[in-house]
Amino acid sequence: MTAETAPDQEPNHGARLLSMWLLLSASCDPLFWFLAGPHIPPGRMSSSAATQQTDFNVLAMIAIPVVIGVLLYFGYALTYWRAKDGDDTDGPPIHGNAKIQVTWMAVTTALVLFLAAFGTVELWTQQGAGAGEGPSPIWKPDSSNILEVQVIGQQWAWTFRYPQFGGFETTALVLPEGQPIQFDVTSLDVIHSFWAYQLGVKADANPGVNNVAYTTAKQLGQVTVRCSELCGLWHGAMYDYGKVVTATAFQSWARQSEVQLASITRMLPPFALTYDPTNVPVLNEVLIKLGLTSAGGGYYNSNDLEQP
Amino acid sequence: MIEIEPGSVQQPGGGGDEPRQQPRQRSWWLRPAMHTALIGAVLGYVLGHWLGNYFASGYQQIASADSSDFPIVLGYGFAVIGWLAGLGVFNDLILQMLGKPVAANTNHLGGGLGKYFRYSLDHKVVGIQYLVAMVGYFLTGGLFAMLIRAELLSPSYHLLTASAYLEVVSEHGTMMMMMMTSVVMGPLGNYLVPLMIGSKRVAFPRVEALSFWLTPCSFIILLSSVLMGGFPTGWTGYAPLSIQAGAGMDGYAFAFGLMGISATLAAFNIVVTIICYRAPGMRWSRLPMFVWSMLTTGFLLILAAPVLIGGMYMILTDRTAQTGFFVNQVGGSSYLYEDLFWFFGHPEVYILALPGFGIVSEIIPVFCRKPLFGYKTAAAGMLGVAILSFFVWQHHLFDSGMDPDMRPLFMLTTELISIPTGFIYLVAMGTFWKAKIRLTVPMLFALGMYVNFLFGGVSGVFLSDVPVDTTSHGSFMVLAHFHYTIMGGLIFAFMAGIYYWLPKMMGIRLNEKLGKWHFWTMFIFFNSTFMPLFVLGELGMPRRVFEYARNLETLNDWVSISAFCLGASMLIFLFNFVMSTLFWRERETGNPWRARGLEWQVSSPPPPDNFAHIPVVLAGPYEYGDPNALPVADLNPPAGVISGALAGAGEA
Amino acid sequence: MSVAARATTLLVAVVAVVAVLLFITFHFLLAQPPTENFTPYASNGQVDVTLQTDPQNTVTNKPDWVSYFIQDPATKAWVHTTFFEVPASTRINVTIIGYDGCTLLRNPVWGQVTGTIGGVEYVNGKPVKQLNSWAGCNVQHTFTMPGLGINIPIASPTTLSENNNLCGTSPCTSGPHMTVQFSFMTPAHGGIFRWQCIIPCGGGYLDGNGGPMSTEGYMSGQMEVAAS
Repeated sequence: MTAETAPDQEPNHGARLLSMWLLLSASCDPLFWFLAGPHIPPGRMSSSAATQQTDFNVLAMIAIPVVIGVLLYFGYALTYWRAKDGDDTDGPPIHGNAKIQVTWMAVTTALVLFLAAFGTVELWTQQGAGAGEGPSPIWKPDSSNILEVQVIGQQWAWTFRYPQFGGFETTALVLPEGQPIQFDVTSLDVIHSFWAYQLGVKADANPGVNNVAYTTAKQLGQVTVRCSELCGLWHGAMYDYGKVVTATAFQSWARQSEVQLASITRMLPPFALTYDPTNVPVLNEVLIKLGLTSAGGGYYNSNDLEQP
Repeated sequence: MIEIEPGSVQQPGGGGDEPRQQPRQRSWWLRPAMHTALIGAVLGYVLGHWLGNYFASGYQQIASADSSDFPIVLGYGFAVIGWLAGLGVFNDLILQMLGKPVAANTNHLGGGLGKYFRYSLDHKVVGIQYLVAMVGYFLTGGLFAMLIRAELLSPSYHLLTASAYLEVVSEHGTMMMMMMTSVVMGPLGNYLVPLMIGSKRVAFPRVEALSFWLTPCSFIILLSSVLMGGFPTGWTGYAPLSIQAGAGMDGYAFAFGLMGISATLAAFNIVVTIICYRAPGMRWSRLPMFVWSMLTTGFLLILAAPVLIGGMYMILTDRTAQTGFFVNQVGGSSYLYEDLFWFFGHPEVYILALPGFGIVSEIIPVFCRKPLFGYKTAAAGMLGVAILSFFVWQHHLFDSGMDPDMRPLFMLTTELISIPTGFIYLVAMGTFWKAKIRLTVPMLFALGMYVNFLFGGVSGVFLSDVPVDTTSHGSFMVLAHFHYTIMGGLIFAFMAGIYYWLPKMMGIRLNEKLGKWHFWTMFIFFNSTFMPLFVLGELGMPRRVFEYARNLETLNDWVSISAFCLGASMLIFLFNFVMSTLFWRERETGNPWRARGLEWQVSSPPPPDNFAHIPVVLAGPYEYGDPNALPVADLNPPAGVISGALAGAGEA
Repeated sequence: MSVAARATTLLVAVVAVVAVLLFITFHFLLAQPPTENFTPYASNGQVDVTLQTDPQNTVTNKPDWVSYFIQDPATKAWVHTTFFEVPASTRINVTIIGYDGCTLLRNPVWGQVTGTIGGVEYVNGKPVKQLNSWAGCNVQHTFTMPGLGINIPIASPTTLSENNNLCGTSPCTSGPHMTVQFSFMTPAHGGIFRWQCIIPCGGGYLDGNGGPMSTEGYMSGQMEVAAS
């Protein structure tokens, strides 16, 4: 194709590639944005999920032209610049092209800086976009009516405590729609990770640490809760289902549970942001009275964390 | 002063003796080799185990820990020492200490296969030892992957028990990440770097050989944890789960730390060789891209691997001596481990990626018959990636509860690192411009690497955005990302390197038809296996789980069948490799690719001392298409040129 | 080496490697505790399943690991396993004989009985809705099956003398113990439901969740429901 043409008859590869690339990108980007965009996981069930979907779509707008560009170029090169059978000659000795190189560097730098700024703005304006922010969060919802839900991870089940309703603890995660929710995530043993998929919330549960994440549910529906940090034998089975209900349904459920579970709540330690299972004052007296100190009655003391 | 017999390979410029001039040697089973190493290892393990029990028995807190970690760890340690002693690694040191003369090490001579089972100081022998070993480690890790995919065929029926599944997942991940750290630097780096820079040897042959012989120890120690119930933490080894785990965890920590030591030693040797042993005329601007990648990878290893070794050591002391580094209740922190691990872990993934870049940048000029476009850009890209890789590690910890102020910073640095990574594509695309592309098997694999790494790299940009990462972290999306970059990038490049350089290393060409079959099956089934995983991850399937949503079963089945086919494609490669090297042996002794690289200017395989005379380098290796370009080097420089060049300033 | 010698060596090496791989796969990786099948013994839509908890075991190479045992429905012998199979849509009447001493719950919420028919468990015949393991020495293990929402705290002997004289062999036939009984319905669709003890009783492991807690066949297992 091109090997024997004289320089002035050689097609303008650059113009061809540029026009093909612009055409493909200009058609694929809107196709993606309008057809696939609204269905991108995790969906729009909560404010943080919606942020994540938007970010994904914006990134895709940039990623799609990049991928198209490189693959198109490779395909073009393999079509037009293949050596013909028996052709043993070399190609032209082109060492570089300062203009192309500088343009490439400038464009990639600009794109990347834009993406970093965009991501930061999203974090700032969307209360941390559902990611766990640690014990001292800096991006918080601007509201006085935040529902606090403590998520306790232990090997290998999730439980949830509602401190604003007497601190009852349950394996059922019920959340109201429309109210900002603050998840206080902690663990009683190893590192777990609370991932409420449809809510777009993920926060690691570390022992002795309170990890705070925010979201606001915008639609009713079921929520899948999975552990997403390998925590031992049943990590793969450590999942649960929760649901988002209307605000009034939630209030009645919470008040009802507070009453029904009152006897259980009396057994529990007082609500705290973290729990140290080696420190159980009420048990101390009983064990000393009974004279029990090791397995067959005991607790883990800080002198020997491996022997009950 | 160490007395070394003249004519030994340890002397610069010294050549090896012809085989028929060697003095009669003792029988093969009496000389130190792998069989004596095995005996040493077994004896060492028994001694270490006994010592461990003896020391630990007096301490109540250690005795009260249920699994006997201390004897196991000491057993491993003494086993490694016994293995090395059995190989004869310490022989020369002991002789020197006693003031006796040290005989020349002739382990690299002789035509048979025996030399590959000995402690050899010839970098070419070490390179081939590494090559066979690395292929073996890779296939072993791949077998575990086949079991994982078999289990994931059904979301509810379980082929493996939960603990067996975790074991298999952890073994697969650790075997791959540990071993692939040296998959290019070991075989190709050690073999080719001296040839590419015009040197007769590496700077520290003993260190290089030691780095190789530690790898079988790591391999066996890691596999031995299966015998003890395995370890449940995955390759990341997060504390406190790793402190809680049973005896198999010690195998992980010890093997990984040992591999870290091996890689640090190998890197140290390569970096010094590149800096100090370049032939006259081998300026930095003429250095082959592959050597640049080895240099940058080496620096990353030297700076990052010690942090890994420290972290593994702390796991071991927490488990054996009940220290409290990572235990929250006594003032330690689970975050400490995460930070230490990922401070190593992020440079680690660039240690995996950079050699791949080096190989493909080396190969494409040869099969485009054009100079490498933007040489300085390519080198700057590698340097930029290496430097920036130390500033991004918190992106593995975005959801962990780390200080939220840090998040925009790490998002920025992670996005920035995609700029130098992108230079590789600029260079490739420029090299393809108006080229004369020949689709040989190495070129096919190089192209495959570029396509795969594109998907891997772009998905990395998605993951660097904190909101998107909040859904994707810990899911199959991340898994797809790193399999695309590491397997799609590094392993495809490694295959390209093997097909390209095996004629050089063994004087044998691999069967071309089988090679093309291998490429196409591997490329198609690789993409078919890992592309759906992006979708699976975004649909909510976390990593390392064996129960998943029922509606994801079809996609998982597609992935599993593709994975089995991918495994079969590896068998094609294995068949080709074994048959070509052992039976068909199609000779290829010259320069079959008509490449300009300095390594191709000597015979294939090269003579024992690489070059008859130290060459003087006259031009860069990528000067294709220029009829006025000088040959890459003068292999017979006139007398006095070398000493003159060495006496001159700034030319060493 | 001649071609024949090379071929033979290669063949021997391949056979050896494959043999080792198969051995490791089948002996270590695919090994499972035996499954006790109760399905043929169901009648009138009910089936009885009996288990016991032992403070030590003398049948494995981990003698200080606590363990569950299941009574084989045919021979009435105690088998060291935690895997059992029951039919779907059936009422399962479970009896657990607990021979171990008390250990506290890490999270007392698991002292509440859930998921059973009637919402109670019967401790030595008396109905109980919750046990407070922090107020006294009274809980030894739990039987927790999150897939069906079942949680059963197993009562333990409460006095000092009992706790110091626990059964020393296994499977236990005598010694201080408490008997817990409860019933639940299996669902109509089949499936594998994992169950675990949620009291960290793995002595010698950090946080107590290693060792027997993390090994199937000891304090963790699965219930397979055979779809009808």
